[in-house]
Amino acid sequence: MRVMFDEVRNNNLKSLLLVSLFILIVGLLGAVIGLVYDSLAFGISVAVIFSLIYSMIGFYSGQDMILGMTGAREVTKKEFPYLFHTTEGLAVAASIPTPKAYVIDDSALNAFATGRDPEHASITVTTGLLKTMDRQELEGVIAHEMSHVKNYDIRFMMLTVVLVGIVTLLSDFLLRSFLWGRGRSREKGNQVTIILIVLGFVLAILTPIIGHLIKLAISRKREFMADAGGAILTRYPPGLASALKKIAKDPDPLVDRANRATAHLFISTPFRDNKGLITNLFSTHPPIQERIKRLEEM
Amino acid sequence: MNALTITGIILAVIALFIIFLYNSLIRLKNQVKNSWAQIDVQLKRRTDLIPNLVESVKGYMKHEKSVLENITKARSAMMKADTIEGKAKASNMLSQTLKSLFAVSENYPQLKANENFLQLQEEITGTENKIAYSRQHYNDMVMRFNIKIETFPNNQLNKFLHFTKEQQFEAAAGERKNVKVKF
Repeated sequence: MRVMFDEVRNNNLKSLLLVSLFILIVGLLGAVIGLVYDSLAFGISVAVIFSLIYSMIGFYSGQDMILGMTGAREVTKKEFPYLFHTTEGLAVAASIPTPKAYVIDDSALNAFATGRDPEHASITVTTGLLKTMDRQELEGVIAHEMSHVKNYDIRFMMLTVVLVGIVTLLSDFLLRSFLWGRGRSREKGNQVTIILIVLGFVLAILTPIIGHLIKLAISRKREFMADAGGAILTRYPPGLASALKKIAKDPDPLVDRANRATAHLFISTPFRDNKGLITNLFSTHPPIQERIKRLEEM
Repeated sequence: MNALTITGIILAVIALFIIFLYNSLIRLKNQVKNSWAQIDVQLKRRTDLIPNLVESVKGYMKHEKSVLENITKARSAMMKADTIEGKAKASNMLSQTLKSLFAVSENYPQLKANENFLQLQEEITGTENKIAYSRQHYNDMVMRFNIKIETFPNNQLNKFLHFTKEQQFEAAAGERKNVKVKF
């Protein structure tokens, strides 16, 4: 219980840090753009106001954005009683309100949870997963997601999708705006401007990389923690272990519904990359075999 | 400082401790009560579903009279039970009889094709799972409460407060055990 409580506080702190970092980065980008166009104060204030508003929107409707991006649809109890009962039961075990249930109509095997807190959360599974898993395996998967919901992983992960996504877009925009702005700055022949341009370039290239690194840092340990938290809920680690084995064997990726921004939400990586050092370094999920091994040792 | 002030301070500290303990025990006790209510809701739901189930299988299972009788018996025992211990016992009994009903239903292909029966089976299995999960949560809460009043110095302070141990909702033999998780 204590562990769980620390996790929640930790996640809320990280969410706050992420938003601050976002405002800072966007503010910097705004400052650089402002300098290029000779109005620093204007650039900064527009950027900060924009990032504040955007963070608010992301916080309150990030869940809907993500569900929309992945093409998930809300289902009724009548349509999938099996999924509903499992979700309700595990919500009771975790003593949180029952999250809404969504499905993605896809034969791939995957699942994710999102939302801003346990009162506003949803769990999404693919219809392929519902067909393939038996009751205990499905319980294992849902318990893993429930554990993400309970310890506020969902809030942090949702903010990462929403904020890192826009930063990548913005720095792209910045790079372009430099290509246009460069000609005008040359006329002045000012050394400061050149330094700024270099700085701007570095920022524009670095921010997406930083964004990806943030995502990496958050996901790997998080998945292990959610596996463990799920095992505490079901009291039956072999259920999730056998579900992960089925997922590992599944040749069908989910690329058409997931993209690089949402990949880290899923229970297993939606991409089927070839194994190599680079893909391993940049993958958002711990190796599935390692997770199975740890579950089997519990 | 004379002896009187020192005794006064000590007494005040003890009183403070007791107040804190009292508040946290009340909070825990309410959580226990709340999680008990969750079990009770599910137990009731299952009891309500059983007459429909019996009705829907009656026509098919001509040779399994004893199975159905056992279910009806276990159900009425469940409805009569009023202590936590009694309810736990009756609930385990009912789970067993339902399990054997679903086991023999495998021998009746016509029954397995009956939409109504399948729906009820899913509903009851779902409720059984929810009973298991709410029991798990309840027992965790009871354990926290009991540990709190039995550890030192709370066990000494509790002599003024008179909280008593809460009762666990015992699971049937062979149920899922707690897992060891390393973080």
